[in-house]
Amino acid sequence: MSDPTKPSNVDRRDFVRVSLSALGGLWVGVSPYGVSTRAGVRSTSARSTSTTDGGEITIFVRIDPGNRIVIGARGCEIGQGVRTSLPMLVAEELDVPWTMVSVEQLPFVLVPGRDGKSLRSKYGDQGAGGSTSVSDGWEELRQAGAQARWLLRESAARRWSVSADTLTTRDAFVIHTDGRRLSYGELAREAAAITPPNAALPVKAASDFRIIGSRVRVADAAAIVTGRAAYGIDAHIPGALLAVMARSPYFEGALRSVDDRAARRVPGVRDVVVVRGPKAGENIVHNLSDGVAVVADDTWSAMKGREALVIEWERGPWAGDSMEQLAQRANAALDTAPTATGASAVFARRDGDFSRARGSAARVIERRYAVPFLAHATMEPPNCTVEVRDGRAVVIASIQSPRYTADLVSQIAGIPIQNVELHLPRSGGGFGRRLKGDYVTEAVKIAMQVKRPVKLIWTREDDLQHDFYRPFGVHAMTAALDSSGAVTGWSHHVAATSRKFRDPGRVGDPAWVGVCDPHAYPAGTVANYESAVHPLEFGLAPGWWRGPLHTFGAFATESFIDEVARETGHDAVALRLSLLGANRALPYSDHGGPHFDTGRLSHVLREAARIGNWDTPAPSGRGRGIACHFTFGGYTAHLMEVSVRDGRLTIHRVVCVTDVGTPVNPFGIEAQMMGGTLDGISAALRQEITVKDGRVQQHNFNDYRLLRMADAPDVEVHIVASTVAPVGAGEMGVPSALPALTNAIAAATGKRIRRLPIGDQLA
Amino acid sequence: MTVHFELNGAPVAFDGDATMPLLWYLRDHASLTGTKFGCGIAACGACTVHVDGAATRSCVTPLSRIEGRRVKTIEGLARGESLHAVQRAWIEEDVPQCGYCQAGQLMAAAALLERTPVPTDDDILGLTNLCRCGTYPRIRRAIHRAAEIAAERGTR
Repeated sequence: MSDPTKPSNVDRRDFVRVSLSALGGLWVGVSPYGVSTRAGVRSTSARSTSTTDGGEITIFVRIDPGNRIVIGARGCEIGQGVRTSLPMLVAEELDVPWTMVSVEQLPFVLVPGRDGKSLRSKYGDQGAGGSTSVSDGWEELRQAGAQARWLLRESAARRWSVSADTLTTRDAFVIHTDGRRLSYGELAREAAAITPPNAALPVKAASDFRIIGSRVRVADAAAIVTGRAAYGIDAHIPGALLAVMARSPYFEGALRSVDDRAARRVPGVRDVVVVRGPKAGENIVHNLSDGVAVVADDTWSAMKGREALVIEWERGPWAGDSMEQLAQRANAALDTAPTATGASAVFARRDGDFSRARGSAARVIERRYAVPFLAHATMEPPNCTVEVRDGRAVVIASIQSPRYTADLVSQIAGIPIQNVELHLPRSGGGFGRRLKGDYVTEAVKIAMQVKRPVKLIWTREDDLQHDFYRPFGVHAMTAALDSSGAVTGWSHHVAATSRKFRDPGRVGDPAWVGVCDPHAYPAGTVANYESAVHPLEFGLAPGWWRGPLHTFGAFATESFIDEVARETGHDAVALRLSLLGANRALPYSDHGGPHFDTGRLSHVLREAARIGNWDTPAPSGRGRGIACHFTFGGYTAHLMEVSVRDGRLTIHRVVCVTDVGTPVNPFGIEAQMMGGTLDGISAALRQEITVKDGRVQQHNFNDYRLLRMADAPDVEVHIVASTVAPVGAGEMGVPSALPALTNAIAAATGKRIRRLPIGDQLA
Repeated sequence: MTVHFELNGAPVAFDGDATMPLLWYLRDHASLTGTKFGCGIAACGACTVHVDGAATRSCVTPLSRIEGRRVKTIEGLARGESLHAVQRAWIEEDVPQCGYCQAGQLMAAAALLERTPVPTDDDILGLTNLCRCGTYPRIRRAIHRAAEIAAERGTR
């Protein structure tokens, strides 16, 4: 058996030394941990301090010898393209052509806060959640680029004894009116020594953009296609042992006993350790459950060791649970009138008087829609590589919340947070899974017990069985209509597994947070409107799944609007437009606000209808469906054209129109909208997590079925031209995709899907 | 039992556990982390390599079955600095999003092009590698583009 601490015969590792120097430079010096990670980084030797050109100018820009422009990417790259789009913002205002730019990933670094006491993230907000990276970086990163350019022009001005105003920049040169030029590289050292101005600098007008708005390819594509891009799971710390854990298959089922004798006899196995989780009923602060970790020389030995464990688990308090019971409880809760005793409704919004509107309605339409638990199933399963030694920790993991992760490690390891060295590799998908710190917690706890560096890997079974799932819910929709068929009242009640369940961070939140959007249209446009949640308790831990409450709720709203249209003989687009009403900004206090602009949603809806030929009859045997939604500040509409033959669905056409504000990277936005749309279609077709006897029933991709190439239609993406500040496109491709699909199926077949996934319902 | 095989053109002798899947040999012992772990049951294709030129899911291929064979991984797909046609096409068409599945996609596509230099849409739809990010439409375009590039070059 080869010794993993010695390089093997075919050693292709780049040993890139990364550390947090006092300066926190991009790539500085030699780490005592000899960490090897190729997180989109080329190998560098120890930084020389005697280079005649080059250097760092602002924390995001470094000029390398040969006038090579290196821009630091601060975000967690989970496939949403921030490793490309955020550096584009810096490059634009630095005024260099994108072809001259190399991108390097920045780690998470804490520096003293402005008060001198607290600590703040040096590079600002680096997290990936809620599609906020581009909007957070829009002003800040353009300012960073502008500041670097200001410093370079100022240093040239001083050298030439002219006013900086007379100088221009082009192709990483500062240019004198007489034609003389100095490269950014030549000026870098002096520029870095100049004190930058305090006030905000002017930035380019949109008409002058050369990079923002152009189609830019993924910055580290070359590394990806040659297998050199490093993900969390590829990390290596010399001497690290591999760990695989057995976790309780029963929700809140504690470890009763473990016999590890056979596991310890497996060649390569070095140790077996118990990792405790929360007790039944306790909050889930860190990891999800008790577990037993097998630690070995390599992954295969660890897996064989785990198979050899003999473990008894408590069945836990949820052992009798099943989906049938959950659905029964959901429907029973919804059946109870809100004012009856025992009613569980927690109102999110109450405008006017829906009960009265219902009572005096000429017609009442009621429908229920059920959406399942969903697993994240990131292609790269959860994993974490960590060493805790001498009061310091090195952590390499695919994550979405750097500050939260560093805090977590600091707490569990009992070390100051400044001593946590956190690297941000490329992540094989996030989708909200990696906002949780459970796998990092486990790795730290294992490493502290075995007193060696540890790489913890989750298998696919571990991943599907131990997730923070998108909640299950049943939506009860009711519309009150007057004699002309106009909507006079609207009610949206949802029975859902509570987001507050065992989550200490949500103690102060109302029960409807995360499963009900009080401002989702037609709230604010129908006078008598109410929405409410009936919280359900269940064993699965809830989490955020791409477009959380929007993906959860838009299926119900957009399906119901379609049914109301059908029942009342209205065109589905016309009904939506009439509900949206005149173009105006409605208050929107949830994430993505502060306003919801009805005109922008109407526009994408109209555009999708126009491009998709909504007003002309579909070819024989086919039907078209349309849906739209406002997600985190962006406006998206989908139109789909489908047919169903002998129970088999064919998606003939998918049109997606999106308004994300100023498009920073249209190539990337198209990718996100295409990907989000297909994610929605995938979920709608076959994805569900079910529970029986208090255990998740799905184990791997054979029974949690993701969309494959053969079932994936092309997606035509149209990006609305806009000059308002941008929002992120990572999630808004999902919510309206699912109802657009089922609306199209209804149009094609007359069959209305009210329960996801579609599964065998078309047979 | 020592297993002998060729890996990206170099000879290998491994005297550890021959039941070990090739995937874990590559990642843990050869330090070739380009080949990825996605499911362990050959359901996703992230672990796709070439064994004697055929696309093979290395997560279910024990080393004992590799005796005497030629293995090529994503790290061996390019010839030095010269990218394979699929790699060039993948960059041109901006295929990757998170990129984790793409090494497997590329190896599967390269094997397809080796058998079928001008694949039809139906040929391409026969690829079953999973992509969680939904890059399938760009993969399809990239495979057609790779076929063009290979034809232009006269070779690969």
